[in-house]
Amino acid sequence: MHGLRAVLGVVLAFAASAALAQVTLLNVSYDPTRELYQEFNAAFAKHWEATAGQKVIVRQSHGGSGKQGRSVIDGLQADVVTLALAYDIDEIAERGKLLPADWQKRLPHNSSPYTSTIVFLVRKGNPKKIADWDDLAKPGISVITPNPKTSGGARWNYLAAWGHALKKSGGDEQKAKAFVTALYKNVPVLDSGARGALTTFAERGMGDVFISWENEAFLAVNELGKDKFELVVPSVSILAEPPVALVDKVVDKKGTRKAAEAYLKFWYTAEAQEIAAKHYYRPVDAEIVARHVSKFPKVSLFTIDQVFGGWHKAQKIHFADGGVFDQIYSRK
Amino acid sequence: MLPGFELALGFTLLYLSLVVLVPLSAVFMKSFSLTFGNFVETVSAPRVLASFRLSFGASLAAALVNSVFGLLVAWVLVRYRFPGRKLLDALVDLPFALPTAVAGIALTSLYAANGWIGGLLEPLGIKVAFTPLGVLVALVFIGLPFVVRTVQPVLEDLEPELEDAAATLGATRWQIFTRVIFPALLPALLTGFALAFARALGEYGSVIFIAGNMPMVSEITPLLIITKLEQYDYAGATAIAVVMLVTSFALLLFINWLQWRTRKHSDTR
Repeated sequence: MHGLRAVLGVVLAFAASAALAQVTLLNVSYDPTRELYQEFNAAFAKHWEATAGQKVIVRQSHGGSGKQGRSVIDGLQADVVTLALAYDIDEIAERGKLLPADWQKRLPHNSSPYTSTIVFLVRKGNPKKIADWDDLAKPGISVITPNPKTSGGARWNYLAAWGHALKKSGGDEQKAKAFVTALYKNVPVLDSGARGALTTFAERGMGDVFISWENEAFLAVNELGKDKFELVVPSVSILAEPPVALVDKVVDKKGTRKAAEAYLKFWYTAEAQEIAAKHYYRPVDAEIVARHVSKFPKVSLFTIDQVFGGWHKAQKIHFADGGVFDQIYSRK
Repeated sequence: MLPGFELALGFTLLYLSLVVLVPLSAVFMKSFSLTFGNFVETVSAPRVLASFRLSFGASLAAALVNSVFGLLVAWVLVRYRFPGRKLLDALVDLPFALPTAVAGIALTSLYAANGWIGGLLEPLGIKVAFTPLGVLVALVFIGLPFVVRTVQPVLEDLEPELEDAAATLGATRWQIFTRVIFPALLPALLTGFALAFARALGEYGSVIFIAGNMPMVSEITPLLIITKLEQYDYAGATAIAVVMLVTSFALLLFINWLQWRTRKHSDTR
């Protein structure tokens, strides 16, 4: 009997110490970041064990940004969220009350430790001579881009086009609207997500140009063949900021705040910034950026805050029901 | 009354409540957060109406196509013996088992302008992928097993003596089919039709790849529900869902009533 109790005691003590020595985090992210976070998580696990003496296992969940946001609101126990646009995290703050409304100010660079921009993917040799945004609205050009109403990533595409037209016309909203309308008239298929749209462009052979996040365009060229597609970088584009945030209510309940905070802060180290660059996301650390100038062409970038006054306004004016995007299709 | 009725009924009601009624009533509750005016406005927007037309229209058409060809498939599988019949029989269930996204992608690659079938149709000016016709193709694909699997057992149980008797009484083959076989199959066929229709109405995964999703043209209702959810408009999404639910329930009730009538009709004759 004593023997059994002793064994049980040892087992319990062992289990307790194992629990202390190990922490599990859940990172709820959007679709194309799977490989990025696999590498980042491994690097962070090493870093955390060396500095805090604790083993950390980071589980990943990927899906459409909006769908992931709704899952967190509905109760998915995410320690951190790393989504495609701030709007989805704003909604988690507003509807789920899981983190403070000013969450985006808590980390440097608008809580976006890696960024990207919107570029074009064209067929090899660029047969339609597509060089800049204006070419996309010309008659006879077929453009592939997902539906911004169902794809968070595609909202950046739309906003990049709008921002370009607005800048070019010196701030004339009507001209911007006319340009975006002409562009979407050239879109034959509105896929529900970026992956589906890329399939339409690459496998179905539809369209002359595919509007894409830069990191996904790089991946597409590498995976589908450098002999088939090439990248065209427009003169001006939007700075796409996919933000990261701590979900306060969850980490406090699970007691994982320390590790989760460190996880996000780790993004701003040189090591992690290199990982971002490796996966074709633009780093934010100036020193790391300097090392990769040849990889990321210079583009004049504007932010959503500068041109649209933030996501809330952009969402309401452009993508809500009856908004500008809907008007493009109802004025037939 | 048979013994055990109360217990069995109690269990049935509990089970149906847990699995069907409670989730569905949650949908209704959520849509109540809209005022009546908002509700009507949401579900009568031109895009929503266009999606209702497409979803109900294509689902009905697909169920009809499947009723005709599903009956044919079931007939061949039951009445004829040929090598490979078992294999063909197993093939029928494939649309059940295949993840719908896989089906959608496969169909799209076949029917796109550079696909095997799409490439043949393109010179004739027929576009399937990324048009409402593509929606129909996907819905026919996923609905086929429902008709075959409901008609098949009834056809197997049909006594050949009936047909022999009809023949000895001087009926032609056509008369035997229309007066003897078809009336016996009709209730099962109606069930298969209803199942295929209901399945098609709710289908999302396979359709989304082939539809093209153009507003007012090829947007199915489930896509509009997702669109609303992307805007965190839970109430608007459930409002559309409620209209879909009520309409499909009414249609299914009507089909059940038809079926009950045909069964009664053939029994009394």
